[in-house]
Amino acid sequence: MSIETVTPRARPAEVPGSPAPARPSHGRPAIGFLLPFAVLYLAFIIGPAVYGLVMSFFDASLVRSGLGSFAGFGNYAEALQDPDFWSSLWHTVWFTILTTPPLIVLAFVLALLADRVNRGRWFFRLAFFAPFILPSAVVALIWIFMYTPELGLIEAALAKIGITSPAWLGDPNWAMPSLALTTVWWTLGFNFILYLAGLQEIPRELYEASAIDGASPWQQIRRITIPMLGRTTTLVAVLQVIASLKVFDQMYLMTSGGPNFATRSILQYVYDQGFTNFRLGYAAAISMLFFLVVLAVSAVWFSLVRRQEKEV
Amino acid sequence: MQVPDTPHTGLSRRGLLRGLAAAAGAGAAAALSGCSTEVLSGLTASRETAGSVEFWNLFGGGDGVRMQQMLETYQRANPQVELSAVTLAWGNPYYTKLSLATIGDKPPDVAVSHLTRMKNLVEADLLQELDPALLARHGLGADRFTPRTWEAGLVDGRVFSIPLDTHPFVMFYNTDVCEKAGLLDDSGALAPLDSPEAFIDAMRRAKEVTGAYGGVVAFISETATPWRIFQSFYSQLGGQVIADQGREVVIDDAKATEVLTFLRGLTADGLFPAAADYQGSIAMFAEGQAGFYFQGEWEISTFQTAKTPFSMTLLPHLFREGPYAVQADSHTFVLPRHPDDSPERVDRALGFVASMLDQSRTWAEGGHVPSWQPFLESAGYREMKPQSNYASAAEAAAYDAEGWYSGSGSNFEIVMGSAVGGVMNGQVAPAAAVRQVRSTLSGLARTPSPI
Repeated sequence: MSIETVTPRARPAEVPGSPAPARPSHGRPAIGFLLPFAVLYLAFIIGPAVYGLVMSFFDASLVRSGLGSFAGFGNYAEALQDPDFWSSLWHTVWFTILTTPPLIVLAFVLALLADRVNRGRWFFRLAFFAPFILPSAVVALIWIFMYTPELGLIEAALAKIGITSPAWLGDPNWAMPSLALTTVWWTLGFNFILYLAGLQEIPRELYEASAIDGASPWQQIRRITIPMLGRTTTLVAVLQVIASLKVFDQMYLMTSGGPNFATRSILQYVYDQGFTNFRLGYAAAISMLFFLVVLAVSAVWFSLVRRQEKEV
Repeated sequence: MQVPDTPHTGLSRRGLLRGLAAAAGAGAAAALSGCSTEVLSGLTASRETAGSVEFWNLFGGGDGVRMQQMLETYQRANPQVELSAVTLAWGNPYYTKLSLATIGDKPPDVAVSHLTRMKNLVEADLLQELDPALLARHGLGADRFTPRTWEAGLVDGRVFSIPLDTHPFVMFYNTDVCEKAGLLDDSGALAPLDSPEAFIDAMRRAKEVTGAYGGVVAFISETATPWRIFQSFYSQLGGQVIADQGREVVIDDAKATEVLTFLRGLTADGLFPAAADYQGSIAMFAEGQAGFYFQGEWEISTFQTAKTPFSMTLLPHLFREGPYAVQADSHTFVLPRHPDDSPERVDRALGFVASMLDQSRTWAEGGHVPSWQPFLESAGYREMKPQSNYASAAEAAAYDAEGWYSGSGSNFEIVMGSAVGGVMNGQVAPAAAVRQVRSTLSGLARTPSPI
């Protein structure tokens, strides 16, 4: 018995002969189906976002009701001149740079290996995916134990082979790579599953035909697997960049943004300003600026990938 | 996989679901009939009892266990009162929730607040002022509290809080290690280490005994502890960081650099580990890898449980330019502004606070210095060792300076602790650290208070 991951076809076949004029009559039931979600979406996503936008133009305080005095673009001007804003924005970007490539490449390689394994395939799939189901707090605790200076697992293991390890979470230069490593271990499973599904979409005949033509396995990967996984890679990359830009949990839990603010992400800066300093208006302005950054990154990324896809 | 259409044996999925649904229904029905009045009063938000006290606190670990005992004692003595206690994670999330609940007209009747955070709650107009005559009627007059703690809690001479304790930064020492290092006097107590030279010498001798480190203090992934040790020594030099309600940064370069250089010396010479996080520092002291440990007194329970041979005393008076000072804060009881301002509710709340203070003995077992004079001055407390060794710290408490961004677990502590941690780890030079905090704090000082 083998377990197969079933994915829906990317493009469902057109229903032949479906009459075009019937479309408008779909309208009303469709709205009915969309309404519950639309109401929740408006109430909990769009509404608060608009409120946040409004708040960013006021000196709103967490401990005062109402919006407070009007600040115009004051909060935005302050943020753009705030070195802590720029440094925390850079930390988020640096984290994204450190995590995105390994999370894409490793996920691909591991999916390829897990797909090729004949025996105990379920075990490898489970092993690579399992960390992903852990909550961030558990992941943080496990890795804090391993990174503990003097007594931690990693330091002890490296000492046995004669390597003096740095203070993983205590050294400003090492803290971010350490967090990135934790994140790769933790979230790899998601991309891994996407790649695994993509691999099963590739028709076996292509490999058979190429084998008959004398293609080596390496050529098969380069000429068949990678191009055929183009769409999956696009999806994985976009989701990964956005997920990495949203980083908060690991840093908040493992380093609280330290040492000496070296790992404070932009979202933690928003949290610090809003909830520690009670400056909700200022925090909202930073959020809006960050929103623009994410929007820009996503737009650039999408257009790059789209063009690439057309060429293929 | 082949699934037979009609399973002949075993449990069918549908049958199982039906069974589960029935069981759940029966369970829910039983629960409803068992406590239908509670469910009903919960749904309609009506209370049928003689009155209720809702109490919010931030006590975890050993403190949480002791607080639970105290709550049980109160409940036994006042069975007619419906007591509900909520424990929340300490730090910013706690004060955020307390503020928002009060603004939203759903505050607890009594809440615990750090003394250094209470003033910002007053500033935000979230606390009920306490009338001295009313307090006296409940036996909670000013004369029954440690003067320093009581006075530190006044806001423009007005009372908004009732202090439960003082929790100073103290020195733990491993008695076995110190004995072997010849640091104990004839009575088995630690000989005074009241100069930087004596302190460093003691650390060196302890290091020889442990073979690892003399002392340990946490500063990795941790900002409160490095701030506390810095503030203690810096205050002994008479230094202040901020003034005028946080509107001015008055950090003294020479004094701050002196303390930072001293602290860096400890880690640079290998007397202290150059990297230790909170849990790691506990483990090193508990396992005897370090002879001295510096932290708030609340870790007493940890080492009692770990059966470490240890005792505790005042953090030494190293810098003798000023009088003895040590970083500390106090837990206080506050009454958030409540939509129901009936005297009965306030009486109930104060009765609850009085009951907690009456149990200061239980509380002191957790290391905290009680602010309740009747117990503090009793023989019972004097005989409580090692807790009474450092009782005088309460009178020398160096509280965090006032300011909207200051107080226990605040942004101020994070800024300061990060810089001190950077110095101790060798990443930042002392002078650069002072420049860094001056620049960050100046930004906060210029910002109009959002409270």
